[in-house]
Parts: sequence; C-alpha cells; structure tokens
Amino acid sequence: MYLWSTQQLQALIDLLRARDYDVIGPAVRDDSLHYERIDSLPVGWGDRQDAGHYQLRERADQSRFGYNLGAATWKQFLFPPRETLFRVRDGDFVNCREAPQKMAFLGVRPCELAAIALQDRVFTEDPVEPGYLARRKDLLLIAVNCSQAAPTCFCASTGDGPEVNAELPTDLVLTECEPADPYYLVEALTQRGQDLLEEVGGSQAPASARQTVDRLMDATREQLTRALDTEELPGLLLGALDHPHWDDLAQRCLACGNCTQVCPTCFCSTAEDHTDPITVEVRHNRRWDSCFTQGHSYLTGSVVHRSVRSRYRQWLTHKLASWVAQFGRSGCTGCGRCITWCPVAIDLTVETEALRAAP
Amino acid sequence: MMDPLLPRRVEILSVAEEVQNVFTLDLRPPPDYGPFEAGQFNMLYVPGAGQAAISVSGDPRDKTRLRHTIRREGNVTSLLQAKQVADHIGLRGPFGQGWPLAAAEGGDLLLLGGGIGLAPLRPALYQALAHRERFHRISLLIGARSPEQLLYYPELQHWADEGSLELQVCVDSASATWRGRVGVITDLIPEAEFDPQQVTVLMCGPEIMQRFSVRKLRGLGVKGEAMYLSLERHMQCAVGLCGHCQLGPQFVCRDGPVFPLGKIEPYLMTGEF
Repeated sequence: MYLWSTQQLQALIDLLRARDYDVIGPAVRDDSLHYERIDSLPVGWGDRQDAGHYQLRERADQSRFGYNLGAATWKQFLFPPRETLFRVRDGDFVNCREAPQKMAFLGVRPCELAAIALQDRVFTEDPVEPGYLARRKDLLLIAVNCSQAAPTCFCASTGDGPEVNAELPTDLVLTECEPADPYYLVEALTQRGQDLLEEVGGSQAPASARQTVDRLMDATREQLTRALDTEELPGLLLGALDHPHWDDLAQRCLACGNCTQVCPTCFCSTAEDHTDPITVEVRHNRRWDSCFTQGHSYLTGSVVHRSVRSRYRQWLTHKLASWVAQFGRSGCTGCGRCITWCPVAIDLTVETEALRAAP
Repeated sequence: MMDPLLPRRVEILSVAEEVQNVFTLDLRPPPDYGPFEAGQFNMLYVPGAGQAAISVSGDPRDKTRLRHTIRREGNVTSLLQAKQVADHIGLRGPFGQGWPLAAAEGGDLLLLGGGIGLAPLRPALYQALAHRERFHRISLLIGARSPEQLLYYPELQHWADEGSLELQVCVDSASATWRGRVGVITDLIPEAEFDPQQVTVLMCGPEIMQRFSVRKLRGLGVKGEAMYLSLERHMQCAVGLCGHCQLGPQFVCRDGPVFPLGKIEPYLMTGEF
C-alpha cells in the first residue's frame, strides 16, 4: 500500500491525460454531482440525501470524495444513452461503431464497480455486444472506498460495499483519510495498477495503514441505516405476483421511470430509425428504455403491462429476482439511487419488506 | 467480430397473399445462413421503419428459400407486404429455441394452432411428416376467426386426405354456408385422438387460447412436461440484450420462443406479467 498526497492524486490525473486517456470523474455542475471528462477533482463537496431528496452541499474541509452518489452513473460511458448501431446507405448496411477513446474512470464506488461487473455479464458473455466490449476492453478503473454512507445506501446488504473487495474489477483502490487535509492510501489490484502506482510514486504507507482503512470502513458500516433482506428473495417475489401490496404501490408510483434511468445496472434499450430527408441515409439508433413506459411491453397493437401495478412489478421482480436466474446474482448493488431520485420517495427496501409479509 | 445487431441484406423472392391481411414472404437465404430449426424466428428489417420478429414458416430442408408467413399488423409488416420481387430488406437470424420434435418420437403428436400461430408450427409438421414413421398418431387442431381466415387450408386438407394426420378445425364465427364447427379450439381437444400418457403437445396462438388449452389438457391427464408453447413478446434485439421480451426470468427471444410449460407456467398464468 502507498500513501499519496493530494498532489500525487493530481499527478495521477495528469499522467493518464498525457497517455491519451479521457479521465472521467466527478464534477459539480447544475447543483449536482456529475461524471464527466475532468482535469482535476472538485474539492470540499458533500451531499444530503434521503428518499426523494438530494441536495449538494459545501463541506468545511478539503475532501475530494466527501459526497456519495449523484444521479449520474458510469453506465453512460460504456452503454451510451444514445448510440448509432449502423447506417443504411444506398441499400447497404454499414457498421458505424467507432473506435472508442481510451477511458479511465476515477472515483468509482464499490457499489458502482459491482454494477460495472454486472453489466459486463449482460453485454460481454452471451452475446458479445461489440460496442460495449470495445469501450470496456481498455478501461482503467480507479475505485474509492466509501468513508461515509448516505442515508439511502444499503450496499452492505447486497455485499457490494462500502469497501472494495478484491473480486471487483479495479486497477487501483483509494481510501481518503483525514478530510480536513486529506491523504490517500492506495492499493493496486492489477499489474497495470501497480505500474501506475510506482510511476506516480509516493511513500510506502505505514504499517498501521490497514487498520486505518478497517477503522474507516467500520465507521461507514455503522452509518448504514437502510437494509435489504435478500434471504430467499427471488422465490419470494416471484411467488408473490398477486400480492395486494402491488396495488398499494401502484397508488403511489408515477411510472416516470426515474429509478430505471439512475440505476447503474438497468440495461433495457430500444431502437429507432432516423432517415435523413436529403440523403435518405438511415441511421439505426439505440437509446435507453424503461420498463415503466407503455411501449416497453408493446405486443401486436396492444401492451402486456397495461397497469402501473404490472410495470412496477416487472421492475422490482426483474431487479431483485429474475436477475439471479439470468445473470447469477441480484441486479441491485445497494447504491440507493432509485430511492433518492424517486419523486414520490418510494423505497424498494421498504416495499420489499411489505411484499414479504403475508397478504 | 460478428455484430449480432447488424442485419444482412437479402433479396425478396416472392410476396404472396395467403388470406386477408396475411401474406407469405420468401427470401433468398444469405450464403452464411445456418440451417434453422422448426420454431425459430428471424428479424426482418425495413430500413427507415424498423424490425419485426417473424417465425420461419417454411420447410427446414428447403435451402433455396426462407419462408415467412406474416400478419399485417403495424408499420413494418405493412411495408413488408408492399415489397416487390427483387427488392431487398435486412435480415438477422435464425434466433431462439425450436420445437423439441426428437422428444416426441415414438409417441403421439398433438399440435394446436390459433390464427397466425399456425405459421411457426408448419416447419414442425414438414419435419414430422418427412419422418412419419417416427410418430404414432399426429393430430392438428386449428382455430381461426372465420373460414376465410383459415391458413394453409388446402395443404393441411391434403395431408389429412392422404391419412398423414388427423385435422380438426373450428372458427369463431361463420356464415350459414359453413359446414364445420363454430367454437373455440379447447372444445376440439377432447375429441382429438391421442394417448394423454404418450403425447407431446406443441401449441402456438393467442395467450388466452394457450392458457385454456393447458388447463383442458391437464384435465385430460397430459403432464406439464409434455406440453411446449411458442410465445410472443416484444422481441426487438432477438439476443437477450434489449430487455423487452422478458417473461419472469426468461428472455423469450433467446430462451424461447418455444418453452416447456414448466419454465413459464406461473408467469403465463399471471395476468399482465
């Protein structure tokens, strides 16, 4: 383990940029935290979150990672919200997937790494989606352990946080210590990460560094107030398709689809053609879709999921139950974004408990 | 790398009306198009309009043409019907799991087709009739809205006349000249010739027909393991990526469209799932 100053953290960004990486990281814009191309990290920002509530706030310290999650996910860079899959020119189908720019993600939280690993299963196993694979192949991942939890976080329940575990796909792991005048404990989990660590330099961390990380992670675990009981959950939810609580949910859910748009693992997409009126060239575009839209379950002039009840049921049973059969684990990594960004404060941990109870 | 989402350009060999609003489209198979299994489907793409999932309805042994029987339903299927011989469209496929004909060998075969649901069953019929000796009795029950809407009727009647299969027909409504049955397909099931212990059932049609047929067959002692259903959902990507066609844990495009009943029964029987 190494010990880095804030200068060395900046040196990492500079080094990656000099090597033609797009460094993607947190940025403050429009009173919110976004992920975008950066040349430095924002300093002294935190947030207040709860069900249906998000507010960016200034911290009294120099923390670089003193916030939890915004609405943005890293998904947008690997599985873009809009993408042209091919063009039709003079009757021929022309593959127009572009060679991607090399990317480094800086500041990925453990729950977000788990989400990337989940989307890897969706897009690179059966079948292989060539666009996703091309962007993912050379991706450099620099993760951050969470030194605090938001009230909406429940990563301990899903086993995905607050600390990066070695099975997650990351090159480097940072832990921010002493936010008043921060330093960083840095660990490499890959050879590529180790090379970067040595190039940036810094000093060897003291022998007590491991205990420091453990102490910080224990403190974060203490802050986790929400929990999702995952025991036997898939069978339970798929066995409760007629539970009256779905009707209760349908009274509140607006079917706005916010939860699906902020979810780091949701992968539904739809395709539509755009024809240029002058050249008559057709672009076949894919964009993110949501199971809360009417068109999602379109079926020969009708719709399978007509009611809001059936749409919410599709989202929750897919995320927490069907995922397990489809991809080997639950589709939820405990990030809590769907709770924060639900305009009517629906909380899937609470709803799942209600569905556990006998009707 | 093969891009599973990129169509290939294919030539139209013929477009022919079957019954009102239903037509058969023959395509020249691309050179690298693998053999398809009875029950599989292709994605047909009209540039500027979009794609539609269409079952292959022709004989799997015929390598010269890829046959699709299509009901005109929306934008894409209307544009497909308007195509001319030698026009080109886009094609991806074949996709999905087909009918388990091998599992039915040695016993009776019962096929239930409602409306356009007969199209994905026809390749299974071609295959079974090509090896008629491998099956005991073959019964085909079909339902249609009206006598005029009966699909492939001369061909089916021919097979019945030569004794290759037992054919029973019913329609939802008919004029006074119709001498056949009026009713629902489930009424035909008890009259069909099959041994409930030795039968394999293949069915495709409206979901309501499938739900009631499953109940009726169970009542007659047919085991769930012997029933296979071809389902329809909103198939867009056809490879399990776009998420639209899910039925519980199943992606209908990739894990189906043909399912053994056991994999889908609780979901099929739940409304709006």
